[in-house]
Amino acid sequence: MAKLIMTADDSASVRQMVTFTLKQNGYDVVEAVDGKDALTKLGSQKVDMLITDLNMPNLDGIGLIKGVRSSSLNKFIPIVMLTTESQESRKLEGKAAGATGWIVKPFKPDQLVAVVKKVLG
Amino acid sequence: MSSPQEQHIATYREEAGELLAELETSLLDLEENPQDSDLINRVFRAMHTIKGSGAMFGFDDIASFTHEVETVFDQVRNGKMQVTRALLDLTLQARDQITVMLAASAGGPPADTGRGQHIIEGLRELLPAVVHAKTTPVSELVKASETDSHNRTYRVRFRPIPEIMTTGTNPLNLLKELQELGTCETIAHFDAIPLLDQLIAEHCFIYWDIVLTTSSGIEAIKDVFIFVEDDCDLKIDLIDDGSVLDSDSSYKKLGDILVERGDLSPVEMHKIVSMQKRFGEILVEQGIVPASKVQSALVEQQQIRQVRQERTTAAPAAEAALSIRVPAERLDHLVNLVGELVTVQAHLTQIAGNRNDNEIISVAEEVERLISELRDTTLNMRMLPIGSTFSKFKRLVRDLSAELGKEIDLETTGAETELDKTVIEKLNDPLVHLIRNSIDHGIEIPDVRRAAGKPVKGIVRLAAEHSGDSVLVTIRDDGAGLDKERIRAKGIERGLITATSELSDKDIYNLIFAPGFSTAQKVTSVSGRGVGMDVVKKAIEALRGTIDINSTPGKGSLITLRIPLTLAIIETLLVRIDQSYFVMPLTMVEECIELTRADVQAAHGRHLAHVRGELTPYISLRSEFEITQNQPDIEQIVILSVAGKRIGFVVDDVVGEHQTVIKSLGKLYRDVRGISGATILGDGTVALILDPGLLMHSVLQVEQEQFG
Repeated sequence: MAKLIMTADDSASVRQMVTFTLKQNGYDVVEAVDGKDALTKLGSQKVDMLITDLNMPNLDGIGLIKGVRSSSLNKFIPIVMLTTESQESRKLEGKAAGATGWIVKPFKPDQLVAVVKKVLG
Repeated sequence: MSSPQEQHIATYREEAGELLAELETSLLDLEENPQDSDLINRVFRAMHTIKGSGAMFGFDDIASFTHEVETVFDQVRNGKMQVTRALLDLTLQARDQITVMLAASAGGPPADTGRGQHIIEGLRELLPAVVHAKTTPVSELVKASETDSHNRTYRVRFRPIPEIMTTGTNPLNLLKELQELGTCETIAHFDAIPLLDQLIAEHCFIYWDIVLTTSSGIEAIKDVFIFVEDDCDLKIDLIDDGSVLDSDSSYKKLGDILVERGDLSPVEMHKIVSMQKRFGEILVEQGIVPASKVQSALVEQQQIRQVRQERTTAAPAAEAALSIRVPAERLDHLVNLVGELVTVQAHLTQIAGNRNDNEIISVAEEVERLISELRDTTLNMRMLPIGSTFSKFKRLVRDLSAELGKEIDLETTGAETELDKTVIEKLNDPLVHLIRNSIDHGIEIPDVRRAAGKPVKGIVRLAAEHSGDSVLVTIRDDGAGLDKERIRAKGIERGLITATSELSDKDIYNLIFAPGFSTAQKVTSVSGRGVGMDVVKKAIEALRGTIDINSTPGKGSLITLRIPLTLAIIETLLVRIDQSYFVMPLTMVEECIELTRADVQAAHGRHLAHVRGELTPYISLRSEFEITQNQPDIEQIVILSVAGKRIGFVVDDVVGEHQTVIKSLGKLYRDVRGISGATILGDGTVALILDPGLLMHSVLQVEQEQFG
């Protein structure tokens, strides 16, 4: 069965690109438009992995990671955050919150797939 | 339908438009409530998304411009700057600038970069002095690009923090990733696992020693652990540098490895060494080093020994260091060029001969000598020892004999014999067929062998040796040998021969090369479907080789393959018939004699010549090729040895030896029998390469049709 990955990003174009790339590589994707949306969806749905932006309205990426790590259903899933080069400190914050890894924006589809394969095994 | 990338870009434009509109309202609202952190955040986020997504879809100019604005708002967000009128003015201008840039990318008028620069400078002035616009280089996840051809061996100790799994990392995935890099031995250490009452199920108490032999660099190994570098103790040591060739395969002693790893102090080691017992056992007995660590060090020792062993056996040390790898097509190209050069050189020699100018002749001779050396060297480069093929057959024999309930050993000799790479590749399938035949038809089952007084274990001997410009590959078995009567009966049944034909042993053996011939009493998975020997024969002939069978009932059979060393250039005899030139393989030529009109008359129209009291049949190439003009009074017979028989080919004139660069004839001429290719002579004339074997067969066929 195909692995299910959630992409949480307030940018529709990034979501579209992530979704397209992952589906091309045989994954199922569920989208969330911000941290709050993602956390609500993850409360009732088991996914295999989460790819989240850090800057999002309503609930940001850090909050989302913390929320997921303290939930029961998706506690141990790999979480990869999307960061930009200017956010070294945010990256550390994200790691502290429980992120598994990160991808630096801008990234190419290949890099995304490489990271997904890496953390999903 | 636009490509996915174009669709993403379109979505981005739309999204950026919305964000810019939102940015404008937020900025205007911010003017009313300069302290509203929610609004500040919204502005920052809009910028951030425009920047981040912009860079993703190739809007680098927008991304870098927006980055500057974002940097300023990051300060505002962190409370290090106040929202001022000047800031809002500049940000609104920046927003308009982004709108123009976005439009420009969609085909609108180009954005005024000077204005953009002006805005950025204005924004920078607003920044507190301490903050500089950081432009840290984009640190991408570097893929393992640093590879070189030789293997290095690393020792990796990976000790994750117990909480590693709570960040969604599965340590096993990392180990799996390491395994994909090369030969990998992993030892898990369990000594840190606490007692059950202290054990936390969600924590990882195991750590690993990995000995990895890989051609990827150390960066590739580090990349595996990139996400967990802060969450683990990671130690990577280079323990075997593949470029240093240690002639012996020994490696550090167990104790030294443990000391080097810091698992054992030198003092402890010396204490143990002085006890003079088996080192590892004592360590474990004394409880100084846990068994798993000793085990791990032993694994490392073994792997390095093996790696070094392989290196020394794969190629003699010095040779390995001095050899380079070259793509095969480059060599092919070189061979082609040398072929052309040989042709040109022949032309030069011919011209020099005509000029009668000693200087030119001496230069031409020098060139000829150099080119022939160049040719030999070039062809040598393509030579590989046949041994690599041989070793594959060991396995084949082992598996097949087990399947058939026979006991068979494969003995090989001459594995170092060198042959052209292409030839070796093409030889593989025929050899598989022949060895299968020997195993299936040749060697008897153990009971039969015992009854016949032979050793229970059968032997198949595979040998290769040089013989002139050919290589002889022989497959000899000590089995039952070919059953002449059964082959004969089968031949009659198949209509290949008539019941009354008088055939020599060799003729009978040759019947098995007929298409669809099989005497196997039952069809096994190994052989007996009647495809095989004819295919083998075709494959060998395609290599311009010959195949020969010998057999002694009860003692076994011997199959000899004679394979030319190379496919590209051959030594030939150049002959002429009227205006046409032909060449025939020099290796087949036995002698040349004259054929006069008187001889022809004496034979009463039969194509037979007396050569030292022996009757030799001949084929007149003139009549074969229907060349009727200018028949000379004295013709020449070139006597070739074809399939063990002496056959003459009548031509007008024998020109001499010729180095022939083989050119294939193109698809259209694929079915022409008797001509195997063409070559270009020094003066540009084309000469056809004769295939005497096929010529003889086609003549035989015609004769048989005519005379039954």
